[in-house]
Amino acid sequence: MSNLLWILKMAVRDSRGSRGKLLLFVSSMVLGVAALVAISSFGENLKRAVDDEALTLLGADLSIENGDPFPERVDVLIDSIGGEQSYRVSFASMVFFPSNGGTRLSTVRALEGNYPYYGAVETMPPEAAGTYQQSGGALIETSLLKQFDLSVGDSVKVGVVTYRIDGEIVKTPRETSAMGMLSPRVFIPYEGLDTQLLSRGSRARYEMFFKFEEGRDVDALVEDIEPVLRAEKVGFDTISERQEDWNEGLTNLYRFLNMVGFIALLLGGVGIASAVHVYIKQRIETVAILRCLGARSGPTFGVYLTQASVMGLIAALVGSGLGIGIQFLIPQLLADFLPVRVDIEIMWMPVLAGLSTGLGVSLLFALLPLLAVKNTSPLLTLRKSVDTTTVVPSRWRYVIYVVLVAAVFGFAILQAPVWWLGLAYGGAIFIVFGLLALVAKGITVFSRTFFPSSWPYPWRQGFSNLYRPNNQTVILMLSLGLGTFLIVTMFLVQQILLKQIEIAGGEGRPNLVFFDIQPGQLDDLSTSVSDQGLPLLEKVPLIAMRITKVNGRTLEEIRQDSTRDEYTWAHGREYQSTYRGELTDSETLVAGEFVGYYESGSSLVPVSIEEDVADELGVGVGDSLEWNVQGLPVSTLITSIRKVDWQRVQTNFFFVFPEGVLEQAPQFFVLLTRAEDEDQSARMQSSVVSRFPNISAIDLSLVLNVFDAIYSRISFVLRFMALFSIITGVIVLISAVSVSRYQRVGESVLLKTLGASRQQIIKIQFVEYLFLGLLAALTGVLLSVICAWLMALFVFESPFYLSGITLLIAVLAVSALTIAVGMFNSRGIYNRPTLEVLRAA
Amino acid sequence: MQSNSILTLQNLSKTYTSGSSELTVLKDVTLTIHEGETCAVVGPSGSGKTTLLGLCAGLDRPSEGGVQLCGVDLNGLSEDETASLRNQHVGFVFQSFQLIPTLTAIENIMVPAELRGERGVASRARSLLEAVGLLDRATHYPSQLSGGEQQRVGIARAFINKPRILFADEPTGNLDAETGETIESLLFELNQKEGTTLVLVTHDLELAQKTSRIIQLKAGKVVSDDISSRFAIPDPGVQVSR
Repeated sequence: MSNLLWILKMAVRDSRGSRGKLLLFVSSMVLGVAALVAISSFGENLKRAVDDEALTLLGADLSIENGDPFPERVDVLIDSIGGEQSYRVSFASMVFFPSNGGTRLSTVRALEGNYPYYGAVETMPPEAAGTYQQSGGALIETSLLKQFDLSVGDSVKVGVVTYRIDGEIVKTPRETSAMGMLSPRVFIPYEGLDTQLLSRGSRARYEMFFKFEEGRDVDALVEDIEPVLRAEKVGFDTISERQEDWNEGLTNLYRFLNMVGFIALLLGGVGIASAVHVYIKQRIETVAILRCLGARSGPTFGVYLTQASVMGLIAALVGSGLGIGIQFLIPQLLADFLPVRVDIEIMWMPVLAGLSTGLGVSLLFALLPLLAVKNTSPLLTLRKSVDTTTVVPSRWRYVIYVVLVAAVFGFAILQAPVWWLGLAYGGAIFIVFGLLALVAKGITVFSRTFFPSSWPYPWRQGFSNLYRPNNQTVILMLSLGLGTFLIVTMFLVQQILLKQIEIAGGEGRPNLVFFDIQPGQLDDLSTSVSDQGLPLLEKVPLIAMRITKVNGRTLEEIRQDSTRDEYTWAHGREYQSTYRGELTDSETLVAGEFVGYYESGSSLVPVSIEEDVADELGVGVGDSLEWNVQGLPVSTLITSIRKVDWQRVQTNFFFVFPEGVLEQAPQFFVLLTRAEDEDQSARMQSSVVSRFPNISAIDLSLVLNVFDAIYSRISFVLRFMALFSIITGVIVLISAVSVSRYQRVGESVLLKTLGASRQQIIKIQFVEYLFLGLLAALTGVLLSVICAWLMALFVFESPFYLSGITLLIAVLAVSALTIAVGMFNSRGIYNRPTLEVLRAA
Repeated sequence: MQSNSILTLQNLSKTYTSGSSELTVLKDVTLTIHEGETCAVVGPSGSGKTTLLGLCAGLDRPSEGGVQLCGVDLNGLSEDETASLRNQHVGFVFQSFQLIPTLTAIENIMVPAELRGERGVASRARSLLEAVGLLDRATHYPSQLSGGEQQRVGIARAFINKPRILFADEPTGNLDAETGETIESLLFELNQKEGTTLVLVTHDLELAQKTSRIIQLKAGKVVSDDISSRFAIPDPGVQVSR
């Protein structure tokens, strides 16, 4: 008890005059804690919002959906289910704006009934949502209005039917606005729909929504109807399933953001470790005096642990407060990706979790340098040359290392959707931190070994600060290097992806695709394209089909065989396959022999399979597949396996049939051409859509715009999260500069005494921060280039592209920031009175 | 005599290893200091004076030999046990004062007593401050005191626990002659008043002459051990008041 009292008393007394400095040390934790608290609180609020608004996530009690019109058996079933029903058909189609001739591939939703039953479609003007079905008007996405400079009252043509635009869609239940970026939505009444747009083979989704009277057991109903729906391969969705899906998806989202925030926390931890290290060095004489006067190592250690704990607690409290404030910004940040409106309330559990995580991380990182206290010899009171601070008891050091590693991996695994991803994330954090530390160590060794002796004195002196005792090389390399790495990687990845799309549509390659072309329209369309001076680069037939048997086993048998767990997405999906006599230049044969023509009468039809799908299906050359080609069974034999380059703007297929089999099957065509500029592309699309309303078009500039819009939103969120790390890095930088200020004052005064001018002293400091900033930026940039290259190679499988300007800007900005912060914090050093400093030393 | 020894050194040696080379700082030192004795350890720079002091006070471990302080063999104690022993029986006065910069004068004086868990030590600290003539500077921080004043606070701190033995390392080494003399007087005065054993390390022979015994070190060896007549050795039978 008396020990505890003494520890507390000494902790308070010893902190005199250093409290501001101590607060600065732990301030690097503030943003990390703030990020954790903000995101976790937001996550809790989101979960609550999803639970509260579960009904609006589906908008109905039950939905049944299919890629084709419902089979008769399902129609009968729907009639028997009862309740209030709404029917909706959604499909991709070109829409045409007569007022300016603009066309755009859109998602058209034709509705009959009062869906949504829960939640409401918000429109501008508000009454449009309730009247467009009766008035025969249309609701269209705001982005379409803006893109084509339209307003309510103008017209939109879907197929051959023209609708008055009654309103713009602001928000719809079940859908996020990010979905609208991919393909803008147009809502029209089902009645009067141009059904030519839904001809056989076109891609549409048919949905039936139900609202039941209160008290009806939906789960029991689903149990009853499930066997029929399953047998007919018709999907269904209930509120609870939808709620579960969203909860899982959103939990993954905020867990991911949490992991990005965790980097800021770790960086703050490194900042604390570095600052406490310097602080303890300054305190080591006091520790030696206390030990000499009879203080045992435990209580002495306790004094500094108490100081670190209190400061960690203050940082965690401030961070939590800040986090509570920041969480109000997050709904706006993620607005495009959220299906529900999230009203923020303060959630105390995440705040407590953030507080304890912040305190824990502060202590964990402070413990390593604090161990020096335990090992300080009282002999230091007699001899200043005794350096006992570097010899830390290895047992404790290892214990802390183990706890630290376990904590990082533990956090990552807890946050990751699957354990191995957490493990990989934790590993990646250590690799990046380790590499930065390694490079920093290398720089100190290199700068000492290859010291530029011929440089002028201020440059030599500034340069030598990179490796001299108490240098800041490692800490700045970690804080600035990591921040640079995060931001530059994001930019590079964005550029690689954009470049990939640009290259895909490069010189001579197709950049305009027409699809949903009926066989009877192909010749007319080809002529129309040629007439406008555009080349006919490809005309490809597409036939929809599904697998029914693999090597004689039905899909149901494969699904139910729990011993082998073979059933994958590749078994159940609908395939759009083609037929042709030879391989294209984006295909390479990897096994077997490609058969281009089928002699009628021979046994099985030879087909070629793409290698990844072959893996998924677990088949190879010589295996058999049975198909349902729109009602007709076709038995095939796999005769070859192809590798396909999916990056090209051209038609690529999982399965290629030989000529002589599918020519009579219901099919539609895709036509690829190349427009030299956006105007030519727009003219071509406009003319095709007005002549062939069912044909859709997509051009590369649209793909680029959509990608850019979506990636910009995503990267904005990521950059916001990375901002925590960047600002933490700056705080660590300020803290590192401040703690070394005492040392710099001494050096500067000595230099001044020996005759150095103000300009020389400023130059020395400038050179040091220039090198630190430059090297940290270069290291961060180098790591980001390696990371982006690896991602290009293994994740995106695309050519690596590097923007020199981005890298140059990053290096210059980080160096300038370092110099600015360093010089600002070193201001006034020259003005300190010489005698005062020399006496203090 | 043996029963009144407060510090016994038996074949004490200290060797430092640096890489492959070894440097022996103290060689085979054997001596006994009795309770109440005042003793100066003198010798040129590098002769091993401070090393000897560190070993005597348990601040360092010998390479060979043993130290018995206040009847306890230091070799058998852990770092923390040695610290407790120091806190109970040992006082220190340092050449560079070694005051804790963040503590006021009176708080610096109280530290050893507070470490023992004693309460109400402020009045004793104030008496000691008064004894060293600094009562009016009780709440001043070391940086606000002159060198002489800091050393006076150091002396007051050394006596707060009524130590049985006081180790002083060049107590006047950082002070001008006049201040040094004042400090010397104060040190001996308090020492005599408290009946404390004094072990003084100095290269100031004049100061050494004021003690009852002068041990001279050269190259780590005791070359002379002279009991002078300036101060009489107190009667071993007389119990020092505590």
